[in-house]
Amino acid sequence: MRAQIAQRTLRTDRWWLPPLATFAGLLLISIYAAVRTFMGDYYWVDEYRYLTPMYSPCLTEECLPNAAHFGRLLPELPGFLTPPVIIIPFLLGFRVTCYYYRKAYYRAAWMSPPACAVAEPHGKYTGETRFPLIAQNLHRYFFYAASLLLLINIYDAVFAFSTGIGLGNIVLLVNVGLLGAYTLSCHSCRHIAGGRLKHFSKHPVRYWTWTQISKLNAKHMQLAWASLIFVCVTDLYVALVASGTIADLRFVN
Amino acid sequence: MGYQGHFRVWRGSDEGGGLEDFTVEVNEGEVVLDVIHRLQATQTPDLAVRWNCKAGKCGSCSAEINGKPRLLCMTRMSVFAEDETVTVTPMRTFPVIRDLVTDVSYNYKKAREIPAFKPPAGVAPGEYRMQQVDVERSQEFRKCIECFLCNNTCHVIRDHEENKESFAGPRFLMRVAELEMHPLDEADRVQEAQSQHGLGLCNITKCCTEVCPEHIKITDNALIPMKERVADRRYDPIVWLGNKLFRNKS
Repeated sequence: MRAQIAQRTLRTDRWWLPPLATFAGLLLISIYAAVRTFMGDYYWVDEYRYLTPMYSPCLTEECLPNAAHFGRLLPELPGFLTPPVIIIPFLLGFRVTCYYYRKAYYRAAWMSPPACAVAEPHGKYTGETRFPLIAQNLHRYFFYAASLLLLINIYDAVFAFSTGIGLGNIVLLVNVGLLGAYTLSCHSCRHIAGGRLKHFSKHPVRYWTWTQISKLNAKHMQLAWASLIFVCVTDLYVALVASGTIADLRFVN
Repeated sequence: MGYQGHFRVWRGSDEGGGLEDFTVEVNEGEVVLDVIHRLQATQTPDLAVRWNCKAGKCGSCSAEINGKPRLLCMTRMSVFAEDETVTVTPMRTFPVIRDLVTDVSYNYKKAREIPAFKPPAGVAPGEYRMQQVDVERSQEFRKCIECFLCNNTCHVIRDHEENKESFAGPRFLMRVAELEMHPLDEADRVQEAQSQHGLGLCNITKCCTEVCPEHIKITDNALIPMKERVADRRYDPIVWLGNKLFRNKS
């Protein structure tokens, strides 16, 4: 028999603040991403070749011709659907199954648990043993897909330099830098690079790679937030320039 | 330099109990365990508290201070304001024996369920040879002092008593990882981690890492790598296909 303590928690600090802030942050970003996804406009600056990462690659018939770097390979989407719906499942899948975000939303949204040593409100708990949460084990596949999309984002950022250098180029470059660091710091990446080995001494290159990724992995949470926020900042900047609301600050040309 | 501190301590047994208020002298440089001992010496000679080394190395004085799982001997009184009431309760996840002492035998039972280190056949103790880089991942987990604060804070069993049967807790899933990563261990521990020790119940919310007094990165270095190894074996059709083809050829 456990000690009889009626209170849900005896914590006296503001334990509710981190999950609340996480929930608010994720909600705000989700709303922004949804609005921009279904806006279907202001994603390409033709003059400076800026393409927002949210619409990259743009693959469907309704894409602006110059924004479709790899051609308009897919037919026009029906109804209210826009080009990002093709890639968003992969990007969302990568973030949703990410070991950091799992912690974040299990705590903030599902309250399982809301904070350490604070009782969760659920009567039953099966963790990640059953459908749908057993699908969290697919994280590595989303990692592969996100890595491909990252390469395309890098291509976009480099391609944009072909007309000179402006603030937009710097924004796109910082964006792929943060996305790259977040993707590389992924726990699945760490495992694939070398974590799955039993004998590091037999694989010195993989061991070195694993040690470098481990250093990045220690900052996975910070990189997750920085890259997520900066994708929105990048998209907003491109949208503002594309809509003519602001002019791009040019350094060269 | 001393002051009269306000303490609220859980007193009772498995038949019932509750929080009792005390005012106790607190001196500069003291930890919570010092004050609990003064309480024993001056007001409540029958207060039960388990302790041993007073140096954060024996893992005996695990309890909850203001709701947070901590070692009594490693929690300085200077982290509390002088007018703050310090609440000390036993670990919630385990059955209480008396006052601050709990029955942690669940942990010993789980420890026994993990098959022992299995060296290669024909290699006797004393003949083990391994590279430092191969063994250092396991060595991090050997820092564990078995205070069981991680198991106590893990919501899988803290909030769901029924999971105790199927879940070894972070401490013993870390033990499985320690052996799995050991360069000379030859047992297959990956399938058992999921099927016998309940790795799938862990939802990596990292409370075990947060409360570890030895600062072992339990989640990042033990639990997630084990989950990835399980994914290799169970949820990765490419690895599965490779194994299938390899087995067919052989």
